[in-house]
Amino acid sequence: MGRMRNLLIPGVDKTLLVRDAVKSMPDLTRRRFITGGASLGALTLLTGCDVTDSFSAEEMLKQVSKFNDGVQALIFNPHAMAPTYPESAITKPFPFNGYYDIDDAPEIDGKSWKLEVRGLVDNKKSWTLDELYQLPQVKQVTRHICVEGWSAIGSWTGVPLRDFLKLIGADTRAKYVWFQCADRDGYNSPLDMPSALHAQTQMSFKFGDEILPRAYGFPMRIRVPTKLGFKSPKYVISMEVTNDYKGGFWEDQGYNSFSGS
Amino acid sequence: MSAVTVSDEQATSTKAKVIQPAWVRALHWTNAFAMVLMIMSGWQIYNASPLFGFTFSSSITLGGWLGGALLWHFAAMWLLMVNGLIYLVMGLVTGRFRRKLLPITPEGVISDTKAALTGKLSHADLTRYNQVQKLLYAGVIIVGILIVLSGLAIWKPVQFQYLTALFGGYEAARYVHFFCMAGIVAFMVIHVVLALLVPKSLRAMIIGR
Repeated sequence: MGRMRNLLIPGVDKTLLVRDAVKSMPDLTRRRFITGGASLGALTLLTGCDVTDSFSAEEMLKQVSKFNDGVQALIFNPHAMAPTYPESAITKPFPFNGYYDIDDAPEIDGKSWKLEVRGLVDNKKSWTLDELYQLPQVKQVTRHICVEGWSAIGSWTGVPLRDFLKLIGADTRAKYVWFQCADRDGYNSPLDMPSALHAQTQMSFKFGDEILPRAYGFPMRIRVPTKLGFKSPKYVISMEVTNDYKGGFWEDQGYNSFSGS
Repeated sequence: MSAVTVSDEQATSTKAKVIQPAWVRALHWTNAFAMVLMIMSGWQIYNASPLFGFTFSSSITLGGWLGGALLWHFAAMWLLMVNGLIYLVMGLVTGRFRRKLLPITPEGVISDTKAALTGKLSHADLTRYNQVQKLLYAGVIIVGILIVLSGLAIWKPVQFQYLTALFGGYEAARYVHFFCMAGIVAFMVIHVVLALLVPKSLRAMIIGR
């Protein structure tokens, strides 16, 4: 047993390695993740990689995930449309989904709510809901695919994000549009510019021809049918056009940032 | 003169003794490692939204939670795919698939299955697969191709939407992916049991002879 341990991570202070890995892990799950990490560390050792500068499996997995961001950006075809469906295909009831109960979903007063606009844009004025409702809207019936694996077909109506970005004079050469939301613990999520400019990416104000209910993100959600569901933030309160990667609620916990469909 | 002839014969017989060439062994064990990572992380991903009325015990899954499992799955997939592609190309180019896995006939499979079940199947020459082996090895290669394609269909149902449609849509592709996994796990169980029953076949996959 002692010998096995030596074989696992020679030259690396095990305590430090584990402490390092534990830092950014979600609580309940740390142990299994690290077990796997240690044996992979051993494998890398066998292949002769240098593990002295605090190698950890988590770091390697993060690097691969970044690599996968790049691969997905290459695969992404701005002209490929997410398949659309007839209204009869809409999933009923469409599931509420969040990291909190529906009773804890934000209750936003549409009268006082304003969409804040920041960053690399010409016009930083805030938008009231009535002003946003005046803009031309389009409807889409597309499949919402959750990172968990399940999917549901829904109908969303709203303003194409690229039209709005044009309207506010956003620098579309910037890398990201970063959304901040009213969810508890402060949900946020970055959206890469090519996806933000996709024809089907939308600022949604309606679900199934009705004003977006609280469960689905009233007063405004972003709908990105070319990405997994967690990249479609609800209860949006601000957007920022930026070149900086500002992270996101789930992205920071390990979900792949691009998460394209 | 006669000495030369003898050593030629020796050389030929030594060469003939190699049952599994080095490239097959390297790719086999790399594949085994990648497959175990893919299956264990896949079970954890399955648990986030089970297709059936059961989940996999966390003692046999990898990643700890959905996010960790996805990181493992989408890292190990590169190893699995690159290794698998090299295997397919090598198998076709060297003629190994044709030589080792073909022909497969229903009569041959039936008679070899009977022989296996009555303990009469010969394992004298490990360089030649019996009909049951041929069927299982060819079958698992096809299932292996299917599991990668259905995986790509689930991963990119918009960018690869024609592939996804080929599997009958996103939801259907999830079931195809699951059943391919089940088939591969069933193969692995049989494969490992039989390799242990005929240990020299396991030795051949490790040291080649």
